[in-house]
Parts: sequence; C-alpha cells; structure tokens
Amino acid sequence: MAEKQEIVVRFENVGLRYGVGPEVLRDISFQLRGGSFHFLTGPSGAGKSSLLRLMYLAQRPSRGLITLFGQDIATTARDKLPLVRREIGVVFQDFRLLDHLSAFDNVALPLRVANTPESDVRKHTEELLAWVGLKNHMDARPPTLSGGQQQRVAIARAVITQPKLLLADEPTGNVDDGMAFRLLHLFEELNKLGTTVVIATHSHALIERLGHPILTLTDGKMTGGAPVFDPLARPRAGQPQPRGGQA
Amino acid sequence: MLNRRSDLPLNKDPATRFLPWLIAFMVYLAALAVAGVMVLDRVSSDWEAGVSHTLTVQIPPGEDEEKDQEILTNALNLLNRTHGVAQARAVPLSEVMTLLEPWLGKSDTIGNLPLPMLIDVELAAASAIDLPQLTRDLEKITPGVSVDDHSVWLQRLIQLVQSIQMLAASVLGLIGFATVGTLVFTTRAGLALHHPIIETLHLIGAHDSYVGRQFGHHAMVLGLKGGVIGVGFAVPTLFVIGYLAGRLESTLLPDLALGLFEWTVLAILPVITALIARVTARATVQRRLKKMI
Repeated sequence: MAEKQEIVVRFENVGLRYGVGPEVLRDISFQLRGGSFHFLTGPSGAGKSSLLRLMYLAQRPSRGLITLFGQDIATTARDKLPLVRREIGVVFQDFRLLDHLSAFDNVALPLRVANTPESDVRKHTEELLAWVGLKNHMDARPPTLSGGQQQRVAIARAVITQPKLLLADEPTGNVDDGMAFRLLHLFEELNKLGTTVVIATHSHALIERLGHPILTLTDGKMTGGAPVFDPLARPRAGQPQPRGGQA
Repeated sequence: MLNRRSDLPLNKDPATRFLPWLIAFMVYLAALAVAGVMVLDRVSSDWEAGVSHTLTVQIPPGEDEEKDQEILTNALNLLNRTHGVAQARAVPLSEVMTLLEPWLGKSDTIGNLPLPMLIDVELAAASAIDLPQLTRDLEKITPGVSVDDHSVWLQRLIQLVQSIQMLAASVLGLIGFATVGTLVFTTRAGLALHHPIIETLHLIGAHDSYVGRQFGHHAMVLGLKGGVIGVGFAVPTLFVIGYLAGRLESTLLPDLALGLFEWTVLAILPVITALIARVTARATVQRRLKKMI
C-alpha cells in the first residue's frame, strides 16, 4: 500500500513552448500517486499530446519542475534517463511501430532493450500477442496489419514490461468496441497491479464508462479534474465497473 | 556473428550500399602502402646490417705489381692486428670485375685497367674502431689509401628510404583519414535517415550505446567486406610487382618479395579495417545522440 501512495508524477508550474512560439502548456501543476488511473481530456490542440510528451521524456519543459518516480528530471544524468523511461509504457497516437520488424519483434523491443533473456522475451511476447488477439499475426509486418491490429501491437509493446507508469494517447481510437473493452480491461488489470495509468482521449463514453478521475486541459492550461489523486481517498472495492454504453 | 539481429534497417540504407567498395578501394591503396613501408623497412635494415660492420680499404695501384702485392700484405697484416677487426681479406680481382660489370660490362680488358686493390674488413660486433688512427697507420704503409666505412653512402641511402617510407606512411594516414571521414558521414546520414526509429528506441529505454552497437556492428560488417575485397585485389598486385622486380635480376635492387610477417600483416588488414569502422561508427553515433534528450 505504501508503494501506491508514492507520487509517481509531479508537475510544478511547468510550461512548454516550441522554439520561439507561444507557450503550448502553461503553469501545469499536478501530481499522480502510484496506482492511480486518470483520463486526460480536452479539445484538440489543448496540449494533451505535449503534456504526454513531457511525461514520457520526449521533451524537456521550457520552465517548471517535473519529477518522475521521485527523480527531478532536470537534474537526472542523461545516461540515467533510459532507466526512468523503462518504467514508462507509452502507446503513441501514431503507434510508432518499426515497419521493418515483425509484430513479435516490435512487441519484444522493450524487453530486448532491457537485456531480458531471449527465452523470457519469447514467452512473454507470445503470451501478450495471443492476449491481444494477434497470435496468428506474430510474423506480420505493421504495414500489412490493419489500423486496429497496429494499435494492439503498440499497446502490447507499451505494457509488456509491466511499467510503473502507462501513458496512452487515444489508445482505442482504431479498434471496435469489443476490442476497446478488452484493451481497457488490460489497462485496468495493470492498474490493479500498481501501474499508474494516464489515458488521453476525446471519448466521453469511455470516460463515463470507466469512471476514473479526469485531468482536463484547455488551451494549454489544466482547467479541471483532480490535480492530486489519492487512491486511498477513493473506494477501490469494485474497481472501475463498466458503466453506460460502449467506449 | 555477422548476421546479428538489428532493430534498425541499416542493411537497406542507400548511403551504405557502396561503402564496402569505397572501403575496398581505400584498403587496396592502404595494403600497397603498408607493403611498401614494410619492404623498405626491411631493405634499409638489411643494408644497414650488411655494411655497418664493414670497412672497405682502397689502395691505389702503383707501377710495380710486386710492390703493390707487398703493400697489400702489409696493409692486411696491419688490419688483422688492429683491435676491433674481426677479419680483413683482399678482394680478388675477379670479384672486383664482377662488381664493375653493371657499369663497364663483361670484358677481359677490364682486368688491364689500373684498378685499385680492395680490402674487405669485417669488424667485430659491438666494437668501436678509431677510424682516423687506422687511416693514419695505413697511410704510413701507402700514401693515398682510403678507408671507407660506407657511412656517407649508407646515410644518404637510408635517408632516401626513410623519406619514401614517410611518404608511404603519410599516404597511409591520408587513406585512414579519408576512410574514417567517409564512415563518419555515412553514419551521420544513417542517423538522420533513421531518426524516428532511434527516437522510438530511446523512448522505450534504449541507451545510446544500444543504438551505437547496432551502427557499429553494421559498419564492422561493411568494413570487413571492404577489407577482404581490398586485400583480395592487393595480393595479386603485390605478386605482380614482386615478380617484375625479381625479373630485373639487378644487384642494385633489393629483394622486394614479401615475407611471412608482411603477408600476415596484410591478412589482418581487413580485421583492422573492420575494427576501425566499428569504433568510428559507434563513436559517431554516441557523440551525435548526446544532443538528443
């Protein structure tokens, strides 16, 4: 339980601008405790993807302080950042699959990067691909897969290491309702195991159905939601039950 | 080992398609330069060892053959008594004529020329000889005698050889510089081409060294291929040069044939090339990636 109370993500007055342009994120302050599950929402162009980019360390903030897993990112040595990134699973909006590798090799990549023994790589990757319904497409290259299948490969790659923090940018945008439910169930299972989950989405149906707290971004500012989420303050019994319609 | 799995599609890079042939050309030139440096090194060593422990005493011919013979005997006695001289022997006329053959041709009339009498003196190893004193002693026996320790000739010859060696080494250095430069630019092109994949690898936790290893391995394979091709072309070239040099049968031209050591060095040239390629590519990648977050 103590682990769940650990603050996994902390943003303090974070601002981000690209080049000399205007700030796309302004005065963002929030913190996420271990084991929390949040939706990140807001209109297009509000800065959701930029916020996620800061969280998965693709971008340094123009100002402010970002702390991940208790480490101040600004003062963390560059050669230590990969170890922080290995604790983060990311489902990119554009999937970012490596087209020249098979679905299997794409999903196995985080394990191989972390020098996992090849026998374990094979076992875990096959299991996970079977779980996301791609057992028969292990050798297929991403360009030969449908959008939904590619999305599942991307999700499998993000969760294969059971990361401490899972960030997903519109992770169910290309799959049917049934598969969306399966994938969200996977996220919830990971969340039960202690993974902190942040899902950026436009889907109100999805948000309503799962009933998790919401972080709302509007025009680069955090305008709503629960900046500080304490899982102890929220009854966990009966983990998010599907409510309402399909996501 | 050579077909290691790679997360980057480096095999399909248009920038590296001709790299093995470019490296092959460089290695071909490098192999010739290396062979040249090694042969010249051996030749200068042979020359130095051959003449550095010898003296040549030259006695001008007189009118009287009997007196000449007496002077020769006295000079030989003096030399053989001198400390530091291992052996002194008069060079027979036939041998002198053989030495003159390249310049004067083969003719019995050469023997009728007033040729100087030569004494070949072999010095004991690691002994110092007082050359001016020896010359003065010999001049007492016969004025006009000359004692040649070959130092001037040897010095000039070695300087010439060393100059050629330095030139070959400079060429080798330039070849190495050009090869490394080519590898650096090819690797940079690869980094630019595969930037999205490298960024993805970074975001899932890959260290710079993980990416660097893949570029390094790819460059090593290309370097090895290029090296083997280059040495493969250099070997017959060197055989032809050795064969043509051997056909000259000149007493002036040293033996240019390569020995076991020289062939061994040439054989490991592809491996050295592969290692240079690997180190260069890895260093280039890691240096460039430091600029990424």
